[in-house]
Amino acid sequence: MPPTASSLDRLEFRDRDQVHRLAARLHDQMQRLGGERVSVMHVCGTHEQAIARFGLRALLPAGLDVIMGPGCPVCVTDLPEVDEGVALARQGVRIATYGDMLRVPGTAGSLADARSAGGRIDVVYSIAQAVEMARKSSEEVVFFATGFETTAVTTAATLLSDPPGNFSVLSAHKYIPPVMEIVAEMPGSRVQGFLAAGHAATITGWGVFEPFVARHKLPVVVAGFEPLDILAGLCGLVDAIAAGNAAVYNLFPRSVSREGNRVAQDVLWRVFRPIGGRWRGIAHIPNGNLRLRDEYARFDARSRFEIDLAGLWQSAPSTLVQACRCGDILAGRSSPEDCELFSQQCTPENPVGACMVSTEGTCRIWHEYGGHLDLRSAP
Amino acid sequence: MCLGVPGKVLDVQGMTATVDFWGVQRQILLHVVDAPVAPGDYILNHVGFAIRRIPPEEVAATVALFEELLSAGKTDLMAGEVRAQVGEVDASDG
Repeated sequence: MPPTASSLDRLEFRDRDQVHRLAARLHDQMQRLGGERVSVMHVCGTHEQAIARFGLRALLPAGLDVIMGPGCPVCVTDLPEVDEGVALARQGVRIATYGDMLRVPGTAGSLADARSAGGRIDVVYSIAQAVEMARKSSEEVVFFATGFETTAVTTAATLLSDPPGNFSVLSAHKYIPPVMEIVAEMPGSRVQGFLAAGHAATITGWGVFEPFVARHKLPVVVAGFEPLDILAGLCGLVDAIAAGNAAVYNLFPRSVSREGNRVAQDVLWRVFRPIGGRWRGIAHIPNGNLRLRDEYARFDARSRFEIDLAGLWQSAPSTLVQACRCGDILAGRSSPEDCELFSQQCTPENPVGACMVSTEGTCRIWHEYGGHLDLRSAP
Repeated sequence: MCLGVPGKVLDVQGMTATVDFWGVQRQILLHVVDAPVAPGDYILNHVGFAIRRIPPEEVAATVALFEELLSAGKTDLMAGEVRAQVGEVDASDG
């Protein structure tokens, strides 16, 4: 699939004139709202990357705030979950995980720190590589599994495909719909609608948001990752908010249906069950974590190993970590610019908080794309 | 990690497909794809699994976005995500 002029000509979803037409429509909509501020939240690192990369905030009307919520799965992995991986590595167990996870800080260091101290930690791009590692070895291999439901599906499919007996999973998988409920209900929340991620909804279907909409009377718009997709999604959201319409709107029909990918959903829920747990910096999220069902306990690293956390928890977080605003940023209460560490003491080379580690973290994305993305207020 | 990347199926053996991503070939698993996949089809790859068979009429538009992303420099964050999805990057330090 080499790039060709003809395929680039077909970039209909990125047409510059259309971008400006949609932006103009957003300005009209906001004007009709008579100066009322509107805040919407998206929950996807890829959405934030696209918004930042294409400079979309510079096109938005002054009263419209587009906030990134807890859309970075690695960032919301809680400290004790990281600690479990670190503890296993320190106990000499071989760990495989996604690259984003490596430098996410736990209570007492990250997996990268554990690796520097002699722990055996391999970075893989797919769980399939971790299974291969186990097949080629007689020793135990633990896959430290992170990611939202889209990624959890691949972990589940792997466990249903007869992995070797020396392979197990430490699941830190998270499920997005429940955290939307918590964020919407937070005291002082200004969120009036959600932009939902297209590829996640490709699997779950847009129907997964209907119970949320019924309970919270807030609109949800499913959108793709093109600049035009995102602007069209924002137009749809502002329309729905102005009209008081609480419903799910699917503006990514070229990929998302109401029922989604049933095969993938079946695989996901056969292997995982939702349980409550903390998301870093946000809250305890009922049903927000995905754990292996009892039938798969033999593949569950938490059943297979005695994970010794007590030894890790003797050191207190440093003052630098206490100044980190990651929690407020993940909950959408603060932006990276509210943090005194942002791009100063906290950089991708020396991250203090998880939001600067992951390529899907708000701080990392803002740092990479210039640090000052809201050109409306640029000097 | 919620980005799927399109590729063209070259061969299918059981539950494994050989898929071409801009000249990089990878083995992609078919356990959760929503429709039967055959050589010539395009699929959306998410961390080594096909999560969707892309309908033929949507292939051009879907691929074009990714070609635009890949045309950016190696340091671009989104281009990096796409490269990571096709396993083309050195993932040693995340």
